[in-house]
Order: sequence, then structure tokens, then C-alpha cells
Amino acid sequence: MVGLDPLTEQPGNRMRVFLDFEKAVADLEGKIEVLRHLSTDGDINIVEEVGKLQSKVERQLKNTYQKLSPWQKVQVARHPNRPHFRDVVGNLVSEFTPLAGDRNFGEDKAIVGGIGRFRGFSAVIIGTEKGSSTQERIETNFGMAKPEGYRKARRLMELAERFRLPVLTFIDTAGAYPGIDAEERGQAEAIARSIETCLGLTVPIISTIIGEGGSGGAVALAAADRVLMLEHSIYSVISPEGCASILWRSGEHAKDAAEALRLTAQDLKKMDIIDEIIPEPLGAAHRSRDVALASLGDAVEKALRELVAIDANSLRSRRRDKFLAISKNGSS
Amino acid sequence: MNWITNSVLPKIKALVQPREVPDNFWTKCSNCDEMVFHRQLEQNFQVCSHCDHHMGMDPDARLAMLFDDGQCTKIELPKQTVVDPLKFRDRKRYSDRLKEAQAKTGADDAIMIAHGDLGGMPAVAAVFSFAFMGGSMGVAVGDALLRAAELAVAQKAALIVFPSSGGARMQEGILSLMQMPRTVIATQIVKEADLPYFVVLTNPTTGGVTASFAMLGDIHLAEPGAIIGFAGKRVIEETIREKLPEGFQRAEYLLEHGMVDMVVRRHDLRATLIRLLGLINKPRPTAEVVTMVQPGLEIPAVDKSSSDAGADQPSKT
Repeated sequence: MVGLDPLTEQPGNRMRVFLDFEKAVADLEGKIEVLRHLSTDGDINIVEEVGKLQSKVERQLKNTYQKLSPWQKVQVARHPNRPHFRDVVGNLVSEFTPLAGDRNFGEDKAIVGGIGRFRGFSAVIIGTEKGSSTQERIETNFGMAKPEGYRKARRLMELAERFRLPVLTFIDTAGAYPGIDAEERGQAEAIARSIETCLGLTVPIISTIIGEGGSGGAVALAAADRVLMLEHSIYSVISPEGCASILWRSGEHAKDAAEALRLTAQDLKKMDIIDEIIPEPLGAAHRSRDVALASLGDAVEKALRELVAIDANSLRSRRRDKFLAISKNGSS
Repeated sequence: MNWITNSVLPKIKALVQPREVPDNFWTKCSNCDEMVFHRQLEQNFQVCSHCDHHMGMDPDARLAMLFDDGQCTKIELPKQTVVDPLKFRDRKRYSDRLKEAQAKTGADDAIMIAHGDLGGMPAVAAVFSFAFMGGSMGVAVGDALLRAAELAVAQKAALIVFPSSGGARMQEGILSLMQMPRTVIATQIVKEADLPYFVVLTNPTTGGVTASFAMLGDIHLAEPGAIIGFAGKRVIEETIREKLPEGFQRAEYLLEHGMVDMVVRRHDLRATLIRLLGLINKPRPTAEVVTMVQPGLEIPAVDKSSSDAGADQPSKT
């Protein structure tokens, strides 16, 4: 029984985190936990009760996750247990060989990149990494890249172009780092060049937003042939908090801003900004990470198989036309 | 609201109240607090005569000082089929904010496109209007830049962009973010046609505008003192919880850090652009030209069309 239980699929060392609106689920699971401790000898009544509670949990999750508000989606997208880029690589890429440095200034751990094999295809794989422990979060600067990160990404995309390898990017960042050193070294230029490089590639580039797609720091790696989004991820020109503090003059209106910005995968698909929504398992990716990652892999593989069949030059001009056409579909 | 409050009362008030001295005769320099007379300011390209502070400039004045004899042809901006795609509303509706900005500036959006001659060479200029919602970039601005790029290619002209913008227009959400790749494509269109693409960074140029077309010029010129950067000052201060150093993100700071080619006083801008364009457009010695030069094609000498001061000192501030 335990082996099939999606709730125990989580590695033991990861602390369970419940969001505000998951309180009902948390309560039910607390009860299940208590009953389990009571049942040492497989008491029939208790097993039955646990089963009932579990189907309640499922119903509760289904209800909650079917009608998440944009602000709730923001919280899910930032959930600490949500799979990060490192998990994507760990689950879907073999022989991953990280490549470091921008050959100019330094190595930025907020953007990880390298060559690896994805479902049989050699590919250049680049992603923003937020880190999972405090130590990692400091090392990766909470996933906020500096110019050298974008310059490394650009270098790796050029490497992909040279060896005719597809580029897969995975995005999960609050945005590019706003700091003195980043400005000094030309954050804006680094992002602009990265976008330019994406658009100039004659090999396929597929970008997937797996958590937060924060502004320029995200689009720097997402000017792609296909842009996919996990069901509960977000993609926005500015964080809801930032938007609220500018337009409402108060960060407390983040909820309103989240709604106004139309940052959910569902809204963006409706506007034809993204190509596909990748479904997440019941209760979102943070509950069943492996299931989420497998469905992510399938979606990326499908897109990749379609794109490798297209010849190099029309790939580039199609990509360009796609972005040029975007605003024409701007109705909601 | 009725016709009395709307039209009668203001008229009565206007009759009763003493006519104030129009305060726009004098402008207080935001840098040195000195008062500058409007005519003097106009003649000096909106540069303070006391401290050389470069004030904001409206797009019309910018175009007039740029092209030969102040002559250029403005083109209409591409019509927008959807005006407020997200039906965005904060404390105000975006559609109302747009209308206000349009009424205030008389322009459709935050950019103006014109073409004309620069030292006899064809050029397309795209000038941002900071007065229009902070020069923010939404679909209309992105479309306009693409139109400018196509126009430059059609006319075999240089493209010169004068950004002055707080960045992406939040009220257009993701669509404003998408203008980053779209405007990068505009720069690629010009470069693929082997035409020069220059950027003249004016105060302020930040956010998504800097992080896209504005940092991809063949040559970057910047006006003295202009704020140029990715993240806004307040965001950086909140992130690092420190005061920023003096001169941070100013044009001179960017020059020092290798992000712009030169800082050019407004008085010298036209001459500098003409010199650069001439060097790029006419790469061979003129002595080798043996065929008759067609009348009207010869370019007047550079120093004739520019102010005599400073043409040789492009980076003096």
C-alpha cells in the first residue's frame, strides 16, 4: 500500500510545505498520519478509514486545484517543493555534463548549462536554478542571474549552433538580479544579446517555464520555437508584488496585480503567447514530482521530434514570424 | 456634472481671477535649480545654460534638431486593432490612462517615427516620448520599431533610435514583455540589410527597453547625465539595502564600464551622427571616384552643417 501512495513519494528529507489554501488538505493528511501511527498490525477499520480520508484528500485537491486564483498560482509556482531545474536534469537527462563560465568574467550558478542526452537526443540544456537548501540558494543567488549567467547561456547556445544540437531551456526565476555589480557589468546588454542569440539559432530551441517566468530574465532564454509551460507555472513582465507597488503604490495589492497581469499558463495559452500547457498531477508538481517530470519530458520530446524535422533556415524564419505575429493575437 | 460646472464656471473664474504670469516662460533646472528663460532653453536644445544639464526633449523638437534643415517626414504609427488587450485595471483603467496620455501629448503612443536626410544621407529616426506613460513599451511601440526597421530597409537608410523609457508597459502584461524579442528582430532586420543601426540613449533608458533593442546598436551614443540601466534605482536599493553610489547608472558611468561608445552633448549630436554615417557609408577615398558625381548627391562638408564647437570633442560633457 505504501509503495503506491503518492503522498509518500516525496523523499523523506524534504520538509512538506502546505500553502494557505491547502489547509483542508493538510488537516486531512494530519489525520491520516495519526491513524497510520495507531495502526501497527494492519487493523482493518483503520485501513478503511485511511482509505476514506485519502479519497477525501483527492477530492479536496481536485476542487482546490481546479479553480486556483492567479495569486494562488503564483504561490504554487514558487512552492519550495516544486521540482527545480536540477530535478529536471536528474530525471530526464543522462550523461549531463555541466559546462561553466562565460569566458569573460566568471561562473554564475544561477544559470546551469551543459550537454547531455535527453530521450536519446544530444542537446544543450540550460536552466535557471533557485536552489533547494539555504546554502544552495545563496550559491545560486535565489535563481537570479547576473550578466555572466546570460553570457554563459549565450556561449552555450553558440556551441549548440556549431555542433547542430538542439537547445532546451528550463526557466524558473524571479528575474534577472537587480544589483550594483550586475548593472556594472551590463545586465541589460547581456539579456539583449541572449534574446538575440535565441532568435538567431538555426537549431531548434524549446523553452519550458517550470515555475516562475520572471520578466526579462526569463525571456532572455525563452525567445524559442516552442514555449511550453507547466500547468501551474507563471510568466509575467513583472512580479505581482512589483506591479502592485508601482501601480497601486502598495505591495498589498499583489493579489489584484496577479489577476490583472494575466500571468497564468491558461491565460497565456489563450493569448497564443505560449504553445502548450503541460498538465501537472493532482495537487500540482510539488506533490508528485516524478509524475510531473515525466509529463514534462513527454511534452518536450514531442516538440523536439517535430522541430528536428524542419530544415535549419525555415526554423529560424518561422521562429521570427511567430514572435512578429504575437501582438496580432492580443485579444483576451 | 453639468454644463454649468463644465463650461460656465471655468469661464467666470477666468474672468474674476487675476491672470497669472505664465510660469512656463521660465523653467527651473532640475539639476542646479537656476531659472532658465524659455527662449534661451529652446535655442540651447533644452540644455541648461548654467550647469549643462540635459533636460527632457519632446520628440518633435528632437526630430527638428536632427535632420537637415529640420526637415523630415513623420509616418503614421501602425494602427492597433486591440487597444487594451488585457482590459487592465489598477487604480485606473489602462484605456483611460492611454486616453489621458494621448490628450496630454497629442500623440498616439510613446514613439514617433520619421525619415529624412542627415548630412544628405537617408536616415529613419524613432524617438521615444517620455511624457507618454513614461515612454513605456507596449505593442504599439514594438510595432512602430518594426515599421521603422522596414522603412530603413526600404529606403536603404540608417536607423537611429532615441529611447527614453522606463521599460515595458506593465498594463499590457506579457504582451509588453514580448516586445523585447520583437524589437530585437527589428534590429536584426536592419543589420541583415547591412544598414547602420545607431542608438542614442537619452534620459532615462531602463528596464525591458535597455535589455532589448537599445543595447544592440552598432554604435551607442548617450547624452550626458542620462540614466541608463536595467533595474530601477529603487528596486536595487530595496534588494541590496544600500544607498547607490553617486553617478550610478549615468551615461558617464556606462562609458566607464564599456556599455556605450561615447557620451555626446546634444549640441554635437547631429555632427557626430553625420560623421559616423559618412565614415560607414563612404568607405573609399573620394579621389578614386573618376566618374562625374551626379549633382545633388554630394554631401556638404561636415562642419558646415554643425555647430562649430565640439564636433571634434564628442565625449566632452
